[in-house]
Amino acid sequence: MSQTSPQQIEYNLKVVRQFAIMTVIWGIIGMALGVWIAAQLIWPELNFDTPWLTYSRLRPLHTNAVIFAFGTSALMGTSFYIVQKTCRTRLFSDKLAAFVFWSWQTVIVLAVITLPLGLTSSKEYAELEWPIDILIALSWIAYVMVFFGTLVKRRTSHIYVANWFYGGFIITIAVLHIVNSMVLPVSLTKSYSVYAGAVDAMVQWWYGHNAVGFLLTAGFLGMMYYFVPKQAERPVYSYRLSVVHFWALIGLYIWAGPHHLHYTALPDWAQSLGMVMSVILFVPSWGGMINGIMTLSGAWHKLKTDPILRFLIVSLSFYGMSTFEGPMMAIKSVNALSHYTDWTIGHVHSGALGWVAMITIGSLYYLIPRLWGQTQMHSVRWINIHFWLHTIGVVLYIVALWISGVMQGLMWRAVNAEDGTLTYSFVESVEASYPFWFIRFVGGLFIVTGMILMAVNCYRTIRAGKPTVETINVAPREAATHSA
Amino acid sequence: MDYITWRSIYTVIVFVLFIGIGVWAFSKARKKSFDEAANSIFEEDELDRSQQNDTKQESKNNE
Repeated sequence: MSQTSPQQIEYNLKVVRQFAIMTVIWGIIGMALGVWIAAQLIWPELNFDTPWLTYSRLRPLHTNAVIFAFGTSALMGTSFYIVQKTCRTRLFSDKLAAFVFWSWQTVIVLAVITLPLGLTSSKEYAELEWPIDILIALSWIAYVMVFFGTLVKRRTSHIYVANWFYGGFIITIAVLHIVNSMVLPVSLTKSYSVYAGAVDAMVQWWYGHNAVGFLLTAGFLGMMYYFVPKQAERPVYSYRLSVVHFWALIGLYIWAGPHHLHYTALPDWAQSLGMVMSVILFVPSWGGMINGIMTLSGAWHKLKTDPILRFLIVSLSFYGMSTFEGPMMAIKSVNALSHYTDWTIGHVHSGALGWVAMITIGSLYYLIPRLWGQTQMHSVRWINIHFWLHTIGVVLYIVALWISGVMQGLMWRAVNAEDGTLTYSFVESVEASYPFWFIRFVGGLFIVTGMILMAVNCYRTIRAGKPTVETINVAPREAATHSA
Repeated sequence: MDYITWRSIYTVIVFVLFIGIGVWAFSKARKKSFDEAANSIFEEDELDRSQQNDTKQESKNNE
């Protein structure tokens, strides 16, 4: 049993610790893979003439590693922490929670094996073949049971807003994954989608964009609504705004997928609908960002001294930037320029490295000492160095790809006035991109260096401490009813 | 009821619901309980806790 005495309940922090450690490890692996394939674009021989190490196979491994290994481990770990703390109760089931951890890590190891082998369903961000998809579904259903089971047995009357965002993310990902992974298997390693043509494309980007909207946004907003107030030591700027923020965000995001399919075989009305919904999405996104940043209102001086808070607040600035950029890029005429260019990659990384990675890193710097009975990380100075390494890396990355993206878009559309022929061949645009790809590669090196510094800092912190045993006293309210 | 009519009604229902959520969230009656909810994450610091090691877990901010 989880109870140490009838009046005390011990939190399950073991599974949180496991996820926290794996988040750091997968972060380094996923981001290092990114740097490697960035280098391959400049020096193609870095695939060593080996099929398993070609760009086409490592790129999905990179995206799977950062989104599903780094990002999702962070979400699972923090959600288990926050749901226990805010509901003042232990996790619904320790065994199921352990299953979530081990099955999820197995999924990632299988991805590391199958993707370099070239086994893929070819659906972006859903490349894994059907047997792994089934394991993902089982793992996720267990996750749903643990999270919502804990909410059900909570000892508080109100469900704190962070849990709403986590809950929305967990349910939606289950639905998206199961619907998009509907396939007819022809062998253990090969399957075909049950959808055909434009419907298949639409289902894929309904999944794809909502993986961004719910996994990479709603989930991390849950993180934001807990760790930003905790680290700033003041309540969220407006709780009412957070309620409206939640319903507006989940109500709108689900419609934005078609902007990935502008000027394709998708019906025009669906493209326009996707565009309009994407533009409206700007409003709840910025509502959330303002709510997070304004939490610091009256305590801005903390940013000077606290690098963890700096990570959290700058992550929100990047969130604001990319959620302004995204709706703009979803407008069809802008998309005509930006689509298929590096601009898209730059946009994704300002969200992924700026928003997702920075809020995760800040949250981990908050969590790690608390999970191992310490008051703070081994070195606060290193956190500050990491902050600057990461920030400089992200800025180098996104500025380089903005320039190369716009340049590529302009070169591809340029036509000679006399006869209407293309001014540039495709390979000329590739050649012109090299300097920017090099800057992107350097930015990536900064980021991975910062992550390695973080790992050393975490290792030192963990070695100096002991796993925290944290109990909650429920005596005053519960003793009367539970007396045996 | 045909598909288009149903979708139109559905859109209006969702719109009205959303406005309703906005009005509800910003109504005076909810203010107190929302303030309590916003502060609820700090209450744990006041509750009793026991730890294996005696490290203090209070303010972690480096000020």
